[in-house]
Formats: sequence, structure tokens, C-alpha cells
Amino acid sequence: MAEGPGAAPPHDCPGTSSAQAGRAAACQGCPNQGLCASGGVAAPDPAIEEIKEKMKTVKHKILVLSGKGGVGKSTFSAHLAYGLAEDETKQVALLDIDICGPSIPKMMGLEGEQVHQSGSGWSPVYVEENLSVMSVGFLLSSPDDAVIWRGPKKNGMIKQFLRDVDWGEIDYLIVDTPPGTSDEHLSIVQYLSSTHIDGVVIITTPQEVSLQDVRKEINFCHKVKLPIIGVVENMSGFVCPKCKNESQIFPLTTGGAEKMCQNLNISLLGKVPLDPQIGKSCDKGQSFLSEIPESPATSSYRNIIQRIQEYCGLHHSQEKII
Amino acid sequence: MEETGLRGNLAGVKHILLVLSGKGGVGKSTVSTELALALWHTGKKVGILDVDLCGPSIPRMLKAQGKAVHQCDSGWVPVFVDQDKGISLMSIGFLLEKPDDAVVWRGPKKNALIKQFISDVAWGELDFLIVDTPPGTSDEHISTVESLRPYKPLGAVLVTTPQVVSVGDVRRELTFCKKMGLRVIGIVENMSGFVCPHCSECTNIFSKGGGEELAKHAGVPFLGYVPLDPHLTQSLEEGKDFIQEFPKSSAFPALAYIAQQIMDSTAPQGS
Ligand SMILES: Nc1ncnc2c1ncn2[C@@H]1O[C@H](COP(=O)(O)OP(=O)(O)OP(=O)(O)O)[C@@H](O)[C@H]1O
Ligand SMILES: Nc1ncnc2c1ncn2[C@@H]1O[C@H](COP(=O)(O)OP(=O)(O)OP(=O)(O)O)[C@@H](O)[C@H]1O
Ligand SMILES: [Mg+2]
Ligand SMILES: [Mg+2]
Ligand SMILES: [Zn+2]
Repeated sequence: MAEGPGAAPPHDCPGTSSAQAGRAAACQGCPNQGLCASGGVAAPDPAIEEIKEKMKTVKHKILVLSGKGGVGKSTFSAHLAYGLAEDETKQVALLDIDICGPSIPKMMGLEGEQVHQSGSGWSPVYVEENLSVMSVGFLLSSPDDAVIWRGPKKNGMIKQFLRDVDWGEIDYLIVDTPPGTSDEHLSIVQYLSSTHIDGVVIITTPQEVSLQDVRKEINFCHKVKLPIIGVVENMSGFVCPKCKNESQIFPLTTGGAEKMCQNLNISLLGKVPLDPQIGKSCDKGQSFLSEIPESPATSSYRNIIQRIQEYCGLHHSQEKII
Repeated sequence: MEETGLRGNLAGVKHILLVLSGKGGVGKSTVSTELALALWHTGKKVGILDVDLCGPSIPRMLKAQGKAVHQCDSGWVPVFVDQDKGISLMSIGFLLEKPDDAVVWRGPKKNALIKQFISDVAWGELDFLIVDTPPGTSDEHISTVESLRPYKPLGAVLVTTPQVVSVGDVRRELTFCKKMGLRVIGIVENMSGFVCPHCSECTNIFSKGGGEELAKHAGVPFLGYVPLDPHLTQSLEEGKDFIQEFPKSSAFPALAYIAQQIMDSTAPQGS
């Protein structure tokens, strides 16, 4: 496993705004090396300081990541938000940085909503008094609108989401991300670099085609020093509603998330089975947890959410001691 | 060189098609792989270009992990999947030192590699070049479509799963195709229904019909439903040839039909 700065694998772009831009070992042979090295090696973006100020009112920050597409990142992010917000004394915010494929507005029942400009910035859209949401979806005028943007424009949007949204006092900020290890991921980490990120929840499905990408994501987390709260295995097994037999639609050919977590020494937070009602709840923009409270998937989600709460609580009290 | 009408390394490639989706995990790489196998079984020479740089899946799906690309006079020699060199493949997976290395690249670097993939791979003679893409409408997609434009790609196959959440993203992908002047060959609805192997009850785990509705709504051809089929997942896990090994399996007819549609759509242009 590539860990620590010395062992950084090649192909690892330090990012155009890094002091290493154009100078890191990985920049050798990159077609943009000259550009990066000369391009006025960026002084740290002043937004980072502004974001630090902004984030002082946010207690916990959790990123939801996966190298693989369609494994249930957005579904999990949405239900983590719903679940945490069931405690009315907690203020929860959900930020969607999947700029080209925002799913959160639909899943939170907010499709067609627009953000409003207030004196202190953009106001997020509220599901409940204690649950607010921000997504590029709220800035589009029609469901056919495509966001055909290259990296820099996406990064600009993410910066604005962090700096210019009037988040207010928040207990939990949950960030849903697109798959991969590229602009969006580097930007969120960079813009939050002077604040404290509690950690990352990694979502996977059981099969190797997914795990092989997820291991890359875990290496990314190590590289940028993001603590990993744990891994959720989603879509693990399907129980036929008629005969009650279980089928492994996405088979554990290499031992699934459990084996991977053992090998990499990270926590497995839990497994969520396939349940057709989850997709339905997402499509209707409702909380599956409250719609189908008796489902095994619900109890699994709830256990996972509780473990994340405990992690954040522990983390927080440790920090105070230090 | 493009200006002078030379097609360089793509000179011997008859048809280029892209597999796209706004949504992740809907089966783009699966459709790319099975389409390649199906076309190959009808005697076509097929290449696959994998432009998913952060999450390349095709090497595993065709059991080519660990193979290496070589340099030759005209550029990179792609990896051949079979002995007869009927399927050739280029992927960033072949350029990584360790398979778990993360490719942490921003747009410009991804764009540069994609351009290189398009100009520098010595494909030789191909009936079809299939381009597998990551989800979205961003750097990889813009660069791929722009770099391929001079070679007049046949068009794009869009993959979706039936849920509203997925169809919504694919709707935006349609807009992308329109804006980029890319013809949409059709929409595939993947993971559409699951037949229980124990009792034959069909459950629509990811709903049903969303892809077909979208095709109707957008006025583009519907290429069919591919059901959830554990034989298919298993084949892709192990890099087995599903088309050959599971012709009786539930996903087979749908995949074969899609390949047929693709071949038909090339017929008028004479191939
Ligand atoms: N456990 C589950 N059972 C059934 N359906 C599920 C489950 N988890 C997620 N889904 C459905 O699978 C689809 C993909 O999930 P989701 O959109 O959350 O994935 P994602 O990782 O965010 O995808 P992307 O990479 O495109 O952002 C959604 O339609 C969702 O409703
Ligand atoms: N019809 C199907 N039946 C069963 N499994 C399927 C089917 N289609 C795809 N899969 C499995 O679902 C997973 C996701 O498919 P695939 O990797 O092709 O999606 P993708 O759209 O390429 O994802 P990404 O957005 O991450 O590139 C794979 O493990 C694949 O084997
Ligand atoms: Mg998502
Ligand atoms: Mg793929
Ligand atoms: Zn059954």
C-alpha cells in the first residue's frame, strides 16, 4: 500500500494549486508540467481562510466516498442525513458535490426547488427545520439541463458551496461525492484543509469489480490524510419476497468488503441488503427509514448511523481534551 | 494531420461508438464488454478504449489485468484479449505500477492522456472501436468527443437503470449528446428486473420501465431491457465470456439483440 509522502506512486498529480505543482516527482513527463510550474505557483487560495471561518459553526464533517459508481453513495448520504436529523435537537446539512450527476434533490424530495440569495449568501433548501440541503440541482432550470463543465468550473462551484452558503449553526455536515479521485475530491479536501474533517465513510458493493476501485479510493484517503470512519457494504444479498431465499446478485467473489477491511485494517460499519423499497423511497424523495421501519435494511442503516455518531462523539471529546 | 484528412492510427477503424451514462454503476463497462464479445463472435474485429481513468473496469472484465502495453513505431500496441487478436484493449489499468494505485488527476492531465489514447494507439484494422466512459458530462467526455469528432463516430449507446434517480441523470446525458452533436444510437435499460432462481418470481429491485419511457420521451430508439442476471455479474468478475458460456441465461437475448441493433445501424453506411 502506498502510504506516506516518500512512497507516493507515480501518476499522482499534486493539484494545480499545490506548491508542488509542476515540481513533484509525479509531474515528470506530465504534459502540463511547464504550465503548472510556471503558472504563478498559486499562493494558497484566500477562500481556504474564508471557508475556515465559515466552518467554525459546523461541528462535524463527514464525507461519503467510493471509487465506484452507483454503489449507493447518494442513497447512503441521504439516509445518514435523514437518520441524524430524526433527533430534533441536531442541525444537519447535506451538501451534494456531484456537479454533473446530482441525485440528492430527488432523493430528498426537493426536485424543482431553487436556492435563494440572502444577505449572508445563498440559503440552502430545507427539508425540515433541522435538515438543510445544497446541490447544483437547485441551480438548474430544467430537468434536461446538463452541467457540461470541466474541472476548474466544478471546483469553483464547490468553493462557492463551502464559502457562500449560509449554513448557520450545524451539528453534522454530510458531503455526497461523485465516484472517482479527481477534481471534486481534491477540491473538497483542499478547501476544507484548514478545518477539521471528522472522517470518511466509504461505500462499496460486494463484488470485486467494485472493490478494486474502492481500494484506490482508500489509497487516496491515505494520501491526503483523510481519516476513514469505516466501510459500508451496500446491496449485499437479496431476499426474495416470495420464497424468502437469498440470492447474491453481486457475489462476494473475493470475500466482499469484510475481507478487504480485514486486509487493510479498517472498520466495516455494516452491510445493507438489496431492498426494492429503497429505490422506491429514493424516487419518491422520502426517508426509507421512516417509510419501512421494519425492513432489515432499515435496522442495518440505523446501526451504521449509530456507529458514525459514536465515532464523531468520541472524536469530538478527544479533541476537546487535547 | 487531421486537417489533411489522414486518420492516423484510427485509419483502419470502421466504426467508433461510445457507451455513455450520466449515472454511475448502471452497467456502462458491462455493456461495453458484452457488446465487444458479441460483435467478436459474429466475426468482427473489435477494440475497446477505456477512458475511465479513475476507475478502469474493462481489464478485469476481459481477464486482461496485469498485461502490459508495448511501444511500437506507430505508438502504443493495445493489449490483445484473445489469441487471434480479435479483441484489443487500451486502458489506464495497463499503465499502473500497482493495481490499487489511485489515479489522482485533475482535468488537464486526464484530457492529455485521453488525447494520447485517441491518437497514439496502434489499433490496426478494426470493425468497431467501443469507447467505455466514466459517468458524467465532464472532462473525459468533452475531451473524448472533441478528439473523436474528426473521425466521425457512429454515435453513442446510453445505459441507464430503471429508477427515476438514474433516468434523471441520463436525461442530462442526452442533452450532452445533443449539444456535442453526437448521435444517440439508443438507450439500454439495464438491471431491469430480477428473476428469483429459487421460485422464478420476478422482482423489480431497481424498478422497471424508466429507460424505455425516457427513450420514448426523447424520441430515440430503445435498445431493450437487460435483466439483473447473477451469471453476468459472475462472468464479469472472473473475466469469462458470458456470451459463449451462458447463452441460456436471462440477460443473453437482450445483449445479443443490442449487438444486432448496432450492426444493423451500420449497414446503411456499408460495412
Ligand atoms: N440497498 C439498496 N437496495 C436497493 N436499491 C438500492 C440500494 N442502495 C441503493 N439503491 C439504489 O441504487 C441506485 C444507485 O444508488 P445511488 O444513486 O445512491 O448510488 P451512487 O453511488 O450515489 O451513484 P453515482 O456514482 O451515480 O453517484 C439508486 O437508484 C438507489 O435507489
Ligand atoms: N444486468 C446485470 N446483471 C447483473 N449484474 C450486472 C448487470 N449489469 C451490470 N452488472 C454488474 O454491476 C456492476 C456495475 O456494472 P458496471 O461496472 O458495468 O457499471 P458502470 O456503469 O461501468 O460503472 P462506473 O460508473 O463505476 O463505471 C458490475 O459488477 C457488473 O458486473
Ligand atoms: Mg451519487
Ligand atoms: Mg465503468
Ligand atoms: Zn424466490
